[in-house]
Amino acid sequence: MSTGNRVRVNERIVEIVSDSGEGAQKAGQTFGTVNAKMGNGVWTVEIIPAEIKPPARSRAGASGIRVRFGDRNITNMGDQADLVVAFNEQVLYGRIAQGAYRPGTVVLLENKWAEDSQEEIRRLYQQALADFEEFGLEVRELPIDAACKGVTGGARVGKNIFVLGMLCEIYGRELEMAEEEISVVFARKGEAVVAKNIELLRAGAVFAEEKIDQRYEIPPWSNDEELVVMNGNQAAGLGVLAAGIETVAMYPITPATSVSHYLGRGLPRAGGHLHQAEDEIAAVGYAIGASFAGKTACTVTSGPGLALKTEFLGLASMCEVPLVVILVQRGGPSTGLPTKVEQGDLLAVLHGTPGDAPKVVLAPATIEECFHFVITARKLAEEFRTPVYVLTDANLATGVQPFPRPKPEAGWLAPPLDQSPWPEGVAPYDWDAETGLSPRPVPGQRGGEYTLTGLAHTRDSKVAYDPESNTNSARMRSRKLASLQKALIPPDVHGDPEGDLLVVGWGSTLGAIDEAVDRLRADGHRVSSIHLRFLSPMEPGLDEIFARFDRVMTVEINYSDEIDGETITAANRRTGQLARLLREQTLVDVDCWSQVSGQPLPPGEIVAEIERRLPAADGAAKETAKKTANDSEAKEAKGETACSA
Amino acid sequence: MFGLKSDWSLDVPERYFTLESYEKGVARWCPGCGDFGVLSAVQRICRDEQIPPEKVVAVSGIGCSSRFPHYMGTYGFHGLHGRAFPVAAGVKARRPDLHVWVATGDGDCCSIGAGHWVHAVRYNMDMTVMLFDNSIYGLTKKQTSPTTPLGTATNTHPEGSWLPPINVLQTTLGLTNVSFVARTVDWNPLHMYQTLRAAYDHKGFSFVHILQRCPTYSAEVFEDIQRDPERILLLNHEDGIPGDAAVERMYPNHFQHDPRDMEGARRLAEAGEKVPIGLFYRNPDAPRYDVYSAQGLGTPREERLAAVEAELDRFAI
Repeated sequence: MSTGNRVRVNERIVEIVSDSGEGAQKAGQTFGTVNAKMGNGVWTVEIIPAEIKPPARSRAGASGIRVRFGDRNITNMGDQADLVVAFNEQVLYGRIAQGAYRPGTVVLLENKWAEDSQEEIRRLYQQALADFEEFGLEVRELPIDAACKGVTGGARVGKNIFVLGMLCEIYGRELEMAEEEISVVFARKGEAVVAKNIELLRAGAVFAEEKIDQRYEIPPWSNDEELVVMNGNQAAGLGVLAAGIETVAMYPITPATSVSHYLGRGLPRAGGHLHQAEDEIAAVGYAIGASFAGKTACTVTSGPGLALKTEFLGLASMCEVPLVVILVQRGGPSTGLPTKVEQGDLLAVLHGTPGDAPKVVLAPATIEECFHFVITARKLAEEFRTPVYVLTDANLATGVQPFPRPKPEAGWLAPPLDQSPWPEGVAPYDWDAETGLSPRPVPGQRGGEYTLTGLAHTRDSKVAYDPESNTNSARMRSRKLASLQKALIPPDVHGDPEGDLLVVGWGSTLGAIDEAVDRLRADGHRVSSIHLRFLSPMEPGLDEIFARFDRVMTVEINYSDEIDGETITAANRRTGQLARLLREQTLVDVDCWSQVSGQPLPPGEIVAEIERRLPAADGAAKETAKKTANDSEAKEAKGETACSA
Repeated sequence: MFGLKSDWSLDVPERYFTLESYEKGVARWCPGCGDFGVLSAVQRICRDEQIPPEKVVAVSGIGCSSRFPHYMGTYGFHGLHGRAFPVAAGVKARRPDLHVWVATGDGDCCSIGAGHWVHAVRYNMDMTVMLFDNSIYGLTKKQTSPTTPLGTATNTHPEGSWLPPINVLQTTLGLTNVSFVARTVDWNPLHMYQTLRAAYDHKGFSFVHILQRCPTYSAEVFEDIQRDPERILLLNHEDGIPGDAAVERMYPNHFQHDPRDMEGARRLAEAGEKVPIGLFYRNPDAPRYDVYSAQGLGTPREERLAAVEAELDRFAI
């Protein structure tokens, strides 16, 4: 490995982009793990085309991965990439259109296309070089494929691991750690495959040493905690195990399915059972049946599945069946953007059911929370005898981040099934008038026999259509949320407790919002943020916090009319989904900025939008300051101060 | 039940259940409705089998017959229209000790829930299914159901229903992993009791097609076969529904049908002049999903925790 001068930087954003099926994601995940093992903060995000196999060399077909790593906890995908390894030039167009690169981004580009047998491909390649130069990319054409085939003896596999070797050399990552990871990743394919991939890794490192001039050093993040590294869907799946949930019923749907891929293997190991139902409706019905008859069960889905499950979810609220619903949001409505990020299901979850159907809604903001919130959800579902929704999104689902290894406790597991006789004289819905809470009889409990019904019912679960019974049972179901709300604590304010602007977020945008707020504060702006984990019931103390700021706005990944859009007025503007809830809850004129680009929000864009909205009085001065600050800030953020390593 | 043990001591069970143990409230179906008879038969079977009421779960969808669980003194689940099967499957998944009875109607099972019907048969989980087929939507007041005879005037097809009805048994017998299919009539309590009891005894998804009279909206549908016993073809076989002298006297037309004979069962299911009742098909060896779904049941907590730790090891860095 080179021992030459390395530029010490605080962080780097690296992408590998390719056609589908070239292994870029596997290489990137391994690179992320190696970085985590070397003590760096890491966030990886997959770049996923909508089709399984889009046509080769298509602009929209980019498949790959982004790895952002640094000397601190990395909480989001960041802004534009510093370095890209591209297996063909066409996929770069799509990424440029998505704002993934900036002038100065270094591209290590496969150059075999320059010599392709098809004239059209040769022409497109040359055209792309010209386009990229105009955009400002720093392209280094490299014979990656040829060098790789030199190792594999002509076989067209393993380029991804070769590239992993290149990245290890460029960023001073220990090859031994990458070798360990390769041994694990390819273990099932046998020793010969492991050995060949290690050879490819080393060859890639040597190749980079000879051909590439860039060398960086990223100091470790001082964190000596024991860590685990996984994506949000794996974390949610592991949370199911750690919660002692024994039954999960699902139907395949993107991007929720990988939760069940994990559980198909993991759940039986913990004594549980994954049911792949015939459809989304049957999946939730099965989970509700299992919950009714025993331990709290779970169903996992995404937007279209949520729509289908709605009638059953109303039944779960109506009949007070404990249930955990993991909802991995994607772009909607309808089939929408199956593989992309959106926080567009909040109102559907809260209000999608006919009638009033109170439920608890949690939104994990980090991958670590995807794990812990499932455990919390199971407990809340039982304590409050209600469905509890865990809303994640495609960003958390596929994002990978190290976090402190959880320490499972017996108390996390569901208690054993209670089959003791049901106390005499206690109704199946023995509602406490103050809290709405009631204990739940389970089949097998002698004396507890009752018939659950989705019809309006009394505390004895008797069908009743009279005004008093219906009013009272509706009130009792609602009271449960009020009593839970009283047990919650107000959210922490990130930044000063008062100021010009408060940003409110929920879900996967936490890292990007906090980072944006930090940059704005460093720039002298009086901006703070809060991030809500409980969306139903809403966390307490919001009106007090809001009162300490001149303005409040949400930042969300869902649709809202742009504030200065054509024909848009204060009277007809439709705001982001959290903004609507906050306006209702607090009567504060909450503004919002939201996007449905299908992409996670880059902190830089949040900064720009917030600056646009800061008080107009000092707007002009800030505008000038911003322009100069931005340039130097960009450099500072990258920490480009050369030093010898 | 009571009995003398080998040491001459009297074996008196701690609990003895009577019909009342399985009754709850007063059933509110129309006078003359066939549902009453089915309810009594199930309560009798529970009593005769001495099943503790807390171990019985009656699951239903929506419709007149789906009120069934409300009149059972057991646990019950009166859920959504068409969705009795997924709920029943979930109930049974991790509770092999529970006895599940499913009440569903022709609209519930064969129309809005038809997708679940296909798969519930394939799952073959141990439960007893009663399809109350009155060939009409009763609760919503006389709309065409998927089993309404061609040309019947209903509120949605006043000029007569236009589509040919679904043949319930042919459809069921055509499904993969089918394990028990029988038919009975609500107006013959003996045959119904024997049929439901055989269904209860079968380990698997026991599907019983019950021709059920609706005196309010479809009184004429089964009138002919009820009045003319010659129209009924009684299936007997030593492996079929246990014979009963009274039933055999009532229905002069008998047919020896081996319930292992799928080809014969499908032929019998074809609509003909005579309506066959009895056991069409039984396969005790069809794989049962409730065996699969119950795997890992009773895993000790320490093992569960150890499994979580082992999984965390896989992600440790």
